[in-house]
Amino acid sequence: MAEVPLSKAQLLPGFTHAVVRALPQSLAKEALRTGSLEVDLLKAQEEHDKYVSVLKHRLGLEVVELPADEALPDCVFVEDAAVVCGDTALITRPGAESRRKETEAMKAALTELGLSIVEMTDESATLDGGDVLFTGREFFVGLSMRTNQRGAEILADAFKDYAVSTVPVQDRLHLKSFCSMAGPGLIAIGASEAAQKALKIMQQMSDHNYDKLTLPDDLAANCVYMNLPSKGDSALRLLLQVFEKLKDHMLIPVSNQEKVKVDGALTCCSVLVNRKKNI
Amino acid sequence: MKMVVCHVTLLDGSQFSCEVEKRAKGQYLFFQVCDHLNLLEKDYFGLSFKDNAEQRCWLDVTKEIKRQIRNSQWQFVFSVKFYPPDPSQLTEDITRYLLCLQLRQDIASGRLPCSFVTHALLGSYTLQGELGDHDPEEHRLDYISDFQFAPNQTKELEEKVVELHKSHRGMTPAQADAQFLENAKKLSMYGVDLHHAKDSEGVDIMLGVCSNGLLIYKDRLRINRFAWPKILKISYKRSNFYIKIRPGEAEQFESTVGFKLPNHRAAKRVWKVCVEHHTFFRLVSPEQPTKTKFLTLGSKFRYSGRTQAQTRQASSLIDRPAPAFQRTSSKRISRSLDGAPVVNVSDYSQADGAGENSPALELNSDSKSQQVEVMERPNADAATSITSETAFETDGAGAPQRKDLDKTQEDVLKHQASISELKRSFMEATPEPRPSQWDKHLTGSPATTLRLQTHGVPQNTPPRPGTDSRDASKSAEVKPEGNEVIEVVEETVVIEEVVKAKPKSSTPEASVPVETEVKEERSLSSDSESEDEAEYHAQPPSTSISTQQIKEEPEEEQEAELSQQAPPSAIESQPSAEAADPGPAAEEEKAAQPHEEERTDKPLLTPDEAPNGHAPQGEAPPSPQTAAADEEEPHIVNGSASRVETEHLPQVICCSEPPVVKTEMVTISDTFAAQKTEISTKEVPIVHTETKTITYEAAQLDGNGDGEPGVLMTAQTITSESLCTTTTTHITKTLKGGQSETRIEKRIVITGDSDIDHDQALAQAIKEAKEQHPDMSVTRVVVHKETELAEDED
Repeated sequence: MAEVPLSKAQLLPGFTHAVVRALPQSLAKEALRTGSLEVDLLKAQEEHDKYVSVLKHRLGLEVVELPADEALPDCVFVEDAAVVCGDTALITRPGAESRRKETEAMKAALTELGLSIVEMTDESATLDGGDVLFTGREFFVGLSMRTNQRGAEILADAFKDYAVSTVPVQDRLHLKSFCSMAGPGLIAIGASEAAQKALKIMQQMSDHNYDKLTLPDDLAANCVYMNLPSKGDSALRLLLQVFEKLKDHMLIPVSNQEKVKVDGALTCCSVLVNRKKNI
Repeated sequence: MKMVVCHVTLLDGSQFSCEVEKRAKGQYLFFQVCDHLNLLEKDYFGLSFKDNAEQRCWLDVTKEIKRQIRNSQWQFVFSVKFYPPDPSQLTEDITRYLLCLQLRQDIASGRLPCSFVTHALLGSYTLQGELGDHDPEEHRLDYISDFQFAPNQTKELEEKVVELHKSHRGMTPAQADAQFLENAKKLSMYGVDLHHAKDSEGVDIMLGVCSNGLLIYKDRLRINRFAWPKILKISYKRSNFYIKIRPGEAEQFESTVGFKLPNHRAAKRVWKVCVEHHTFFRLVSPEQPTKTKFLTLGSKFRYSGRTQAQTRQASSLIDRPAPAFQRTSSKRISRSLDGAPVVNVSDYSQADGAGENSPALELNSDSKSQQVEVMERPNADAATSITSETAFETDGAGAPQRKDLDKTQEDVLKHQASISELKRSFMEATPEPRPSQWDKHLTGSPATTLRLQTHGVPQNTPPRPGTDSRDASKSAEVKPEGNEVIEVVEETVVIEEVVKAKPKSSTPEASVPVETEVKEERSLSSDSESEDEAEYHAQPPSTSISTQQIKEEPEEEQEAELSQQAPPSAIESQPSAEAADPGPAAEEEKAAQPHEEERTDKPLLTPDEAPNGHAPQGEAPPSPQTAAADEEEPHIVNGSASRVETEHLPQVICCSEPPVVKTEMVTISDTFAAQKTEISTKEVPIVHTETKTITYEAAQLDGNGDGEPGVLMTAQTITSESLCTTTTTHITKTLKGGQSETRIEKRIVITGDSDIDHDQALAQAIKEAKEQHPDMSVTRVVVHKETELAEDED
């Protein structure tokens, strides 16, 4: 509980595996979206392939690819279906009814990976993984259209070692629609009012001091950061701006323009797992 | 003396018994226990007992045991009170071992929740520490069934523990403990003391007090956090607990957040825990705006309480070979749970996580009996308070010192300039929010600000800037609240000593650590000890005090003083027989530090310190830090103050003696009207306050001299804080007619509740003042008390 600067070593352990899911054809027309843009399925497919390939080849992760399910147009956004921390995986109960079944395949895959599974069975609870920001020392859970208090409580129960603080999310789909971890103790945050407001709350609620990296574009603040022993720090970034604070990282730009149209950000497309042993 | 046998449950579950005198203080027993344990780093620990309501309360080491436990059994539990955020900084292994034992209990009881993996890891270090390397021959699976690693221990967990235990081969017990602590300290609920409460809308929440501040939980979720620096004041009133929040960058006004506790005692308990944690931990925290500000003002504050920093320093001096101690197997721990303060909760099975609130929370409601109160008296906030001010004036005869004089004037000018600057900035800085009822009062009395100016004369009365700055800086103001009975929130004792002529310049610096405790109702006679809580209870109506009120009144009074100052001062300046005449007003400096108070009900003191409990005093350079006003008022009020060289005073104080003139003024204010105004706080209770000012003056042997005002040569204000008192010493040297006169005025603010024996404290303060300045005489003692008139309580 001491207010200590976060030491780099203790944060965000490296990952060994990534779970992703293929794009269903139905994504183009049926995926939920806050805007009303048309998705070019081909381009989206291309982007997704590139993303997976980066995980696999450049970052050396073992990638578990789940098959698409046409009945689940949003299934590519696997992040919402599970929250993995350490050896425990919380299978969520997504806020959007149409997405509830996405968790089945995810649960099977994570079980396969040897994680201990906690399921959210309470029918009054909803939680999207996109609302969960794990900083390495604690969780922030966005209370949004998709995630409610009960869902957050269950998450807190699943990960008892950590403080779980709630952050109201307004005007955005998910908490991670405008932020993410961009390095150990470094929170990437969008410049919008909603994002800044949420950041303030997170800072107030935390016993730790985080560095922040403010990005002009909220979406740009969603990146995938991982610390890979073999590769050094890596960050998948949506856009190409180069930030001073990230100069020590290997930045891997990945285009995500098509998926963004259906509110898919970078973190949405994978569930990262650290399973060095037992597998 | 009658002896009683105390039974203490130790952390390993064993019992320790010892005989103590029936009237022994808590520290006696505490030290006996620490001796028995061979523990030197004691400050992190405490003794608790169960009160009649089955609530755990911390035993206040500075008070008699018997009065605290009342009719309960002489049965105590030794446990960790302040969880060190970084156990690796503890000096001795034995201390770490005891902390491990506490944490094992916390974990097994569910009070400290953790995941399956963590349970397993911590359990494995426990095994390594207690049993050494895993021995396949000897250690079959059931070798661990005696240990409890989790509230709900499964076979799966035990297997995992054993598996991990095997991997620790070669690790010494001390290393295993260190690893245990490194992992345990990262748990989010490590060192968090939870209390059940409801928010302003009646929703159940938990208040968690920890080294960094106050955490608010709803079920298991953290819904808010108030770091100590964000908190301006902490108070409680009946069953409500309030925190006043420093405005954020964007906000203009301070806000007050209120929580409803199950009952008055619970509210007081949280408050005490907050005060103690703030005092213990806050001083080491890096950002301390306060300090900076103080420095600017030129004064230096020191806490005499045992803060973590002090403890660390003390333990760095420990010079003994690491004591051998016996590790006891954790078996006993499980047994000891009953007795343990920890409450227990239920089980958390790790997998079933969903939906469970942690029962654990409930567990704790330990009340800690000690209270430390930091009062910063910012503006108006005090709830009830009793202020007693005692002013002693002493005259000594001496030779004048000239040297100082020249400088002085310049200094004075500078001083004033800086004061007014301070004042200005202060005023600007603190916009007054819509006055809550309290604030209003304040506003009502122009005094504060005006006062400063008025003083105009050479003295520097320190304006309240000091005060303010404090506010800002330190965050917490704690106010005590009383039990239903009367609580003395704030007591101010002003001791003025006037030395004429030969001032040892340095003398003044000795600040007087006074531990004064003033009783609310103080009768002139001083039989301090006798008062106990029972009596207080008896006087229900009396008081509880809210800090805010305190301020108010003082201020008003201050004003009064001002007006009269001139005259009185003359008086003060007095006459000492030998001296030439005095220049009146100029000399006085009343430094009063009026409003800030720090109070502590002393946490554990180590034996050495124990006796007085308070030690230090800071010295402040000449700065206006304090507002002198409060004290003065009283004087003025009484008007006739005179200072004589008589030395009777001390006695007087204790029991008013003939030479003393006693005047009493009682003001009862009804705050109803004002109440509507307040905005942010919901349901602020209405507090009726009673203010009483009693002035004891030595009879004036010679008429008061009022002479011409002398020339102020130097003025100095020293502020010191000790556990429950703040002492401000204001020293002025004035040159009058070729003679220099030194006047020392001490203002001691005591904030406390009924637990404090005020009379005794006051007598003590006076006595100490006398001892410190033997060549001076006490000429006046003003006691100003503010008491809250409690309405029906609980």
